[in-house]
Amino acid sequence: MAGSLGKRWRSEVFAWGLLAPSLLFLAVFTFYPIWITGVQSFYTKNLAVREPVFAGADNYSQLFSDSLFHKVLINNFWYMLGTVPGALALGLIFALFANRALKLRGFVRVSFFYPNVIPMIALANVWLFIYTPEYGLLSRLTDMIGAGHTAWLGSEKWVMPALVVMMVWKEAGYFMIFYLAGLQNIPNDLYEAAQVDGVGKWRVFWRITFPLLMPTTLFVLVVALTNAFKTIDQLFIMTQGGPNNASNLLLYYIYQQAFSYWDFGAAAAATIVMIAFMLLITVLQFVGMDRKIHYR
Amino acid sequence: MALLRKVGLSAVIYAIAILWAIPLVWVVYMAFRPQSLSLSSGISLHFTFDNLKCVWEAAPFLVYFTNTLIIVIGIFAVQMVTVTMAAYAFARLAFAGKTIVFLVFLVQIMIPVDVLIFPEYMVLKELSLLDTKLGIMIPYFGSALGIFLMRQHFMTIPADLEEAAQMEGATKWRILWTIYFPLARPALLSFGLVSVSYHWNNFVWPLIVTNSVENRPLTVGLALFAKAAETGAQWSVTTAATLLVIAPLLIGFLFFQRKFINSFVSSGVK
Repeated sequence: MAGSLGKRWRSEVFAWGLLAPSLLFLAVFTFYPIWITGVQSFYTKNLAVREPVFAGADNYSQLFSDSLFHKVLINNFWYMLGTVPGALALGLIFALFANRALKLRGFVRVSFFYPNVIPMIALANVWLFIYTPEYGLLSRLTDMIGAGHTAWLGSEKWVMPALVVMMVWKEAGYFMIFYLAGLQNIPNDLYEAAQVDGVGKWRVFWRITFPLLMPTTLFVLVVALTNAFKTIDQLFIMTQGGPNNASNLLLYYIYQQAFSYWDFGAAAAATIVMIAFMLLITVLQFVGMDRKIHYR
Repeated sequence: MALLRKVGLSAVIYAIAILWAIPLVWVVYMAFRPQSLSLSSGISLHFTFDNLKCVWEAAPFLVYFTNTLIIVIGIFAVQMVTVTMAAYAFARLAFAGKTIVFLVFLVQIMIPVDVLIFPEYMVLKELSLLDTKLGIMIPYFGSALGIFLMRQHFMTIPADLEEAAQMEGATKWRILWTIYFPLARPALLSFGLVSVSYHWNNFVWPLIVTNSVENRPLTVGLALFAKAAETGAQWSVTTAATLLVIAPLLIGFLFFQRKFINSFVSSGVK
């Protein structure tokens, strides 16, 4: 008895020992940062107030009355509304095409996927040139069709669509590979049965393919939503959030508050808002997972 | 008619694929194009290595390369150990609080380090690790994604293997490193590709942490270089620098595209 208890105890210690390194890094670099963000968000600390002073909810009330913060949230909302459906739909369409027996399937896959093995910062250099007013690829194209050109990234009207197009271009290929994997998991006899019954292609897509891809769609949706909030790299190269903050997004705003204006209270409060969005996306994922179970 | 439609569809998808490839083709084209021609709209076959040479001489790209290599290899080397250990505990050991610990790890996937740039900086400051390569690496030493991937793979390894080894008196610690670890090579390779490409491409975090040439990775170096050369006449130089930075991973991808793509797919299966 004592022996088996000792054994149990030893295996328990062994398991926790194996987990210890990972748990340590998790504690120091995920949980502790979240904790200090929470604490900091109730203190004032900036260039004028060097030592943190307790401020209650001041940082939050200032944040929510900051018109720039409003603008950033609205920008991020539009950015999300542009990139998420766009990239999902294109990813699915590409997958449907690429899944057909195409010669050169390798070329098609490489061509759609390569943006995802290149640093965003490098892509930003390339797209900066595509969007360059007079000599850029896009301007030359619009000139050619007689539509004239503009400073795409310098215009409050065009900067957001320009960033959305670039992100969709990058993400579509990434989502395509998940949809391709999802398509390969759909049993072929379903399609054969539909064919025997003479069901039209359009109906087959909406009744078989699309519902059976729901788990993939949910996963891809979560990734796309998260990416919309994580977007920051290209802003450094392409717009710096401008013109007139028309392309300023939440993470870039946090960066500016923390490292350009050294307003740590504001940065902390904005980070809490960011964490709230991340948790909201997780909730969405769990709700979605509950609903899709019967497809498995 | 059906054939015609099929050909038509293929043509459309190829056309889009070519459209997608234009930025890459353009980078390669511009990187080798003489500077004097960089603004001309004509297409010609003049090419030169001057741009690449100019980039190589103008900025310490060799240092940046070395730093990126040290960072990605360093992160993955530590991840291999931490991830293997934790994954084994989750896959093969019974212990109190397993479900809760599992959920605790999920938090890292829910709230990725990328969005915590500000508090992460504060932590690094407390640890006096600002402007060090270790500082760039350390937040990523534990990886919930890696743990989940490895755990899934470990669960497919037959338990008899372990029992046989135990009969011969091998300790669990030995079994982990002599049986499980080598058998997990495919999963490790998948995770490795995802980890390496992620950290090769990471930008904001090293930008915040580093402050000196000795510690900057390629991405930060490239951004600084592009900022310094932000005029039209410098296009060829900037694209040459861009090509230099993207080439290693891109070439790896072109050769092992199936492996790359499968790795990314498996990293998404939760």
